[in-house]
Amino acid sequence: MSFTLYDYALSGNCYKIRLFANILNVEYERIAVEFYPGAEHRSEKMLQISPAGTLPILKKDDMVLSETSAMLFWMAKNFNAADHWWPENDVAAQAQIIQWMGFASDLTATIGQGRLHALFQTPIDKDKIVKGGRAALRKIEAHLTEQSFDGFSFLTGDKPTIADIACFPYVALSPDVGANIGLDHDDYPAIRNWIYALKSLNGFIPMPGIYAMHELKDHEIDYGAQKPFKTGAAQ
Amino acid sequence: MNALDHAKQYWYPVAILDSIPTYPDVKNTRLLGMDITITRQKDGALSVAHNEENWLINEVYDHLWTSPSKTPKPIFDVPEAQERDRRFVPCGVVRVRCSPLRAVENFLDIAHFPFVHTDILGSEPHTEVAPYSVDIDDDKDEVIATKVKFFQPQAAKSASDGIITDYVYRVPSPMNAILYKTCPTRDDVQDVIAIFVQPIDEETCDVWPWMALYDDDSTMAEMIEFQQLIFLQDRSILENQVPTKLPLDPKMEIPTRADLTSIAYRRWLKRRGALYGALLNTTDNPKGTSNSVAAE
Repeated sequence: MSFTLYDYALSGNCYKIRLFANILNVEYERIAVEFYPGAEHRSEKMLQISPAGTLPILKKDDMVLSETSAMLFWMAKNFNAADHWWPENDVAAQAQIIQWMGFASDLTATIGQGRLHALFQTPIDKDKIVKGGRAALRKIEAHLTEQSFDGFSFLTGDKPTIADIACFPYVALSPDVGANIGLDHDDYPAIRNWIYALKSLNGFIPMPGIYAMHELKDHEIDYGAQKPFKTGAAQ
Repeated sequence: MNALDHAKQYWYPVAILDSIPTYPDVKNTRLLGMDITITRQKDGALSVAHNEENWLINEVYDHLWTSPSKTPKPIFDVPEAQERDRRFVPCGVVRVRCSPLRAVENFLDIAHFPFVHTDILGSEPHTEVAPYSVDIDDDKDEVIATKVKFFQPQAAKSASDGIITDYVYRVPSPMNAILYKTCPTRDDVQDVIAIFVQPIDEETCDVWPWMALYDDDSTMAEMIEFQQLIFLQDRSILENQVPTKLPLDPKMEIPTRADLTSIAYRRWLKRRGALYGALLNTTDNPKGTSNSVAAE
């Protein structure tokens, strides 16, 4: 196996790794960790694997990574991902990617925490979290709007990078935090377009709260065989 | 009898027995709009109190149950809970901003499987729901749906390939539902999956999924995760249903043949006056507040 992923299906951070692995068509060993209710990620056994006590954990031989940014970078390089995921010779683009990877951590600290609270009642400072989440959505909306003026669909250009993967889950999951608190996507058209763009990538997979776009699937309807509508009185 | 008084006659889950804090810590939660405190005494005995008044408790199906009534209706029976070779899996609790009745109704619906639980409990283009039967069992006063068959790509954690899964649904009380489904690893038994719903108020609920399975291979983490995965897929759908309460007026939401169980459930609720979390009549009661009808 290429690597081992200690994973929790409901985690947006774990989903980044599953999603990128699927896009890169990489197989890996997946080990389910009972984050909730068992808090298995903080068990003695798991802390021995990764003292950080967080999920996901990516393990390859002696290498253990606990930061998703590091995992995405390692995956892009190790599996020879197409150059646009981490532009090898474009230092300015790399700097932008690292910048947005930092922003992804802000998303986890606000929307990610707010979502955990909404699901499992974990204690949080809800006002602070919601304000932080709204500020983060506005920031990314403003940036994506400017990108669209330049004809770009993604955070740093016309093709997705590992920064898009890093920021995607908690932006897409923000409605899970709660209704009518400014965290649904209605007011953010650029975010909605960006979500569509990411969902349209080959290898996209869903997670709870992030659905595939059924309307784009080809159902092989034979339009030629459909009966024409009849006009006249209803039967 | 008003909707709240009707709801007070039942038992409700409020905690997983294994995860109740040790003395002197307590767990605070809400039930039917009332604050309650769960305490494990020094000697290990459990209690549930509202405004310093102790409520009855019941320890069954891996959960702590309580009721505001001094003479609640008996708790429903799950005979499979006595089969000691099953694995019993309490899956934790998930908060959902919807009527407790919406949560149960969603659990009874199979038509959404291909669209919400894509490539797990259903897949496109296998979206057809074959005809099935729904009955009200008058002896037990339960809604029962039988002969439900559906193609599922991964019916359970232990399933490796797609199978035609047989389902039986039971609704033994307004806020609890149990399903029996084909066990992927054994022909002679059925897996049991239930949701026990704790009504926080009429528009918010805590859902406690619980399973009693024959599965010797999956780890506990894998089984719990599978059920959480399924339920979290439902959660975002449930939170977006409008209105938040469950409409019992058939004119409000147009059912199809695949919704037979839902129709029976709604009628059954209406007939018995189980209206906590329900929207009875939109014209009389547009906001769905203070439902009140005579119970049968």
